[in-house]
Amino acid sequence: MLKKISNIPFKGTPEQQAKLEAVIAECKGDKSMLMHVMQEAQEIYGYLPYEVQVMIAEGMDVPLEKVYGVSTFYAQFALSPKGEYNISVCLGTACYVKGAQELIDKLSECLGIESGECTPDGRVSLEACRCIGACGLAPVLTVNDEVYGKLTEKDIPDILAKYGI
Amino acid sequence: MYRSHVLVCGGTGCTSSNSPAIIEALEREIAKNGLQDEIKVIRTGCFGLCALGPIMVVYPEGAFYSQVKVDDIPEIVEEHFLKGRVVTRLLYDETVDGDSIKSLNETNFYKKQHRVALRNCGVIDPEDINEYIAKDGYQALAKCLKELTPKQVVQIVSDSGLRGRGGGGFPTGRKWSFTAANEADQKYVVCNADEGDPGAFMDRSVLEGDPHCIVEAMAICGYATGATEGYVYVRAEYPIAVQRLKKAIEQAREHGLLGKDIFGSGFDFDLHVRLGAGAFVCGEETALMTSIEGNRGEPRPRPPYPAVKGLFAKPTTENNVETFANIPQIILNGAEWFASMGTEKSKGTKVFALGGKIKNTGLVEIPMGTTLREIIEEIGGGVPNGKKFKAAQTGGPSGGCIPASLMDTPIDYDNLTAIGCMMGSGGLIVMDEDNCMVDIAKFFLNFTVDESCGKCTPCRVGTKRLLEMLDKITSGKGTLEDIDKLEELCYYIKDNSLCGLGQTAPNPVLATLKFFREEYVAHVVDKKCAAGVCKDLLTFKIVKDSCFGCGMCARQCPAEAIKVTDYVAPGKKKPAYNIDSDKCVKCGACLSTCKFKAIVKE
Repeated sequence: MLKKISNIPFKGTPEQQAKLEAVIAECKGDKSMLMHVMQEAQEIYGYLPYEVQVMIAEGMDVPLEKVYGVSTFYAQFALSPKGEYNISVCLGTACYVKGAQELIDKLSECLGIESGECTPDGRVSLEACRCIGACGLAPVLTVNDEVYGKLTEKDIPDILAKYGI
Repeated sequence: MYRSHVLVCGGTGCTSSNSPAIIEALEREIAKNGLQDEIKVIRTGCFGLCALGPIMVVYPEGAFYSQVKVDDIPEIVEEHFLKGRVVTRLLYDETVDGDSIKSLNETNFYKKQHRVALRNCGVIDPEDINEYIAKDGYQALAKCLKELTPKQVVQIVSDSGLRGRGGGGFPTGRKWSFTAANEADQKYVVCNADEGDPGAFMDRSVLEGDPHCIVEAMAICGYATGATEGYVYVRAEYPIAVQRLKKAIEQAREHGLLGKDIFGSGFDFDLHVRLGAGAFVCGEETALMTSIEGNRGEPRPRPPYPAVKGLFAKPTTENNVETFANIPQIILNGAEWFASMGTEKSKGTKVFALGGKIKNTGLVEIPMGTTLREIIEEIGGGVPNGKKFKAAQTGGPSGGCIPASLMDTPIDYDNLTAIGCMMGSGGLIVMDEDNCMVDIAKFFLNFTVDESCGKCTPCRVGTKRLLEMLDKITSGKGTLEDIDKLEELCYYIKDNSLCGLGQTAPNPVLATLKFFREEYVAHVVDKKCAAGVCKDLLTFKIVKDSCFGCGMCARQCPAEAIKVTDYVAPGKKKPAYNIDSDKCVKCGACLSTCKFKAIVKE
């Protein structure tokens, strides 16, 4: 999957950097922990900008291209920041046969962005995700950690309104 | 001593439909009524009937409350727990029989099931090792370490006839014997919990509902094959499963069931958890090991097989979660017990995740040899809304589909392979007449194109070309020749790809071509999509004699394609509307707004 690389300037804080350095110190010496460090870094920063990848590469003593290689291989690693509200529509088979695509189309229409994009004000991002395993509730979407199930496109405006979107 | 136990499902399905709030409300109400020393609330793993979540069962009565709401809790606590009157109104209707309640096991959903891998799911608190131990937990490990030699353990697993539940169906005992036969300074056990097939959640439910049985089984495997370390590779998308598994490992260490000198036998074994990061190909065994090592999860050519050179280039046994979940039971009850279930070449049971257009979505475990008809019509409760069953998709993006005409095929590894389908890991998605089979094939190809790791050309380029051909067909530009080319390319990709992902990627196309070729032909020759899914082949029309002229559709239309005409239908007051098919973008907005069902797509 081609990833969208952000051109929004990096805004890391010293606290975030200290947290990441602590994680790296714990895992240094075991190169198989690279993915773990990257997962923690994404937890800290929300995404993996170039500057963070450099810190990881230097800290773990692996080439930067390896860090970049791993970050572009796995769908979970984001190279651009997510919105304050991240809407994620499940496109697993069970959700798809029950009309998940229509949910995405409706969201795109309401938000004016395509799947994989973030609104210009940084408030809302939209993405399609792999099966989250809540197939009993298909079709499903999540807004940050909140799960909404058994939806039709008519439910979309109400859900957006709940977040003042 | 509690007089009543309340089991609330804490699986992902029910957690998503808000079971944590139910538990909170229960505890609050129970305390309010002073019942906290009489009634115990337990959060369990998945009950299986996810469609009716959140689920709550009260013992000793066995009252099965379904789709429970927080607002119902005060009533349940006061009426049922305090006064002893079951709130029949809120019970799952199938368990209500006049004035009495039926046991869960008598309902259609549970009656035909036989739970081996899922035996503790929805029964015990997965976060309490004592509950697992009370259900014979860790006895199988003790039996192995104290009474059996590693060779005998492998023999029992071989004799049971257990085959890999991840989809391949390779005999588990034979896999173990290969690793056991190789001498090395370090060997590993790997549990594949990277359940990537969309619509499949069997492994997740086992990890969430009974994590200790995986810990125990991996230790048994370590003893049998001579490995002292194990890794569980879990999808990061399963946070509840990860957290419970980590907790189980910690508890096992505290109790001396992992670590050095387990049961004083001199056997050492420890486990690590590694999280995936959303790559489907990592479910392939060599790719999974590459990923654990901290690399891009690309597969490696085999041979050498993992039993010779696996994780960190050491001999490794890799099994899937459900396979491991069967092991402790096989050791305790014996190979003959396990082999007595199932068909001649496929022993035991199989867990399926039922989903799609079916009434009882959820998790079912059935003996091998059960027919698809039994699963769908009896256990699953059939297709809802009076629609007709069209096909069931098994095996996810690597699998095929079973059409209605083959519904009586007994399900086992060999029968499914014989009809050009595959068992897969156990996702079973039901499709009805509103699903277009060409579109489904395209859906899976879209998935594999995204997930192809790019290492080998047949898969990377081939799947992309397949998708383009399918796009051409669904947009009405295909020719009959394209269908032949499509088929030819499928076989080429199957024969030449490096790993399982590419070798099975064309299966959804081949299976739909085999059983639903006429749908492909209809897309190409008649330019029609009978299911009404492929938008390019659809036209939206207003049936002018049914139109009341309210104009709702015209206001909804984003393309301003709907205009009023001067035709007034008999018996109507206002003139009818009409859709300009050149301007129509086929969004379907008008169709869903029309109250009079005057708009049709064909």
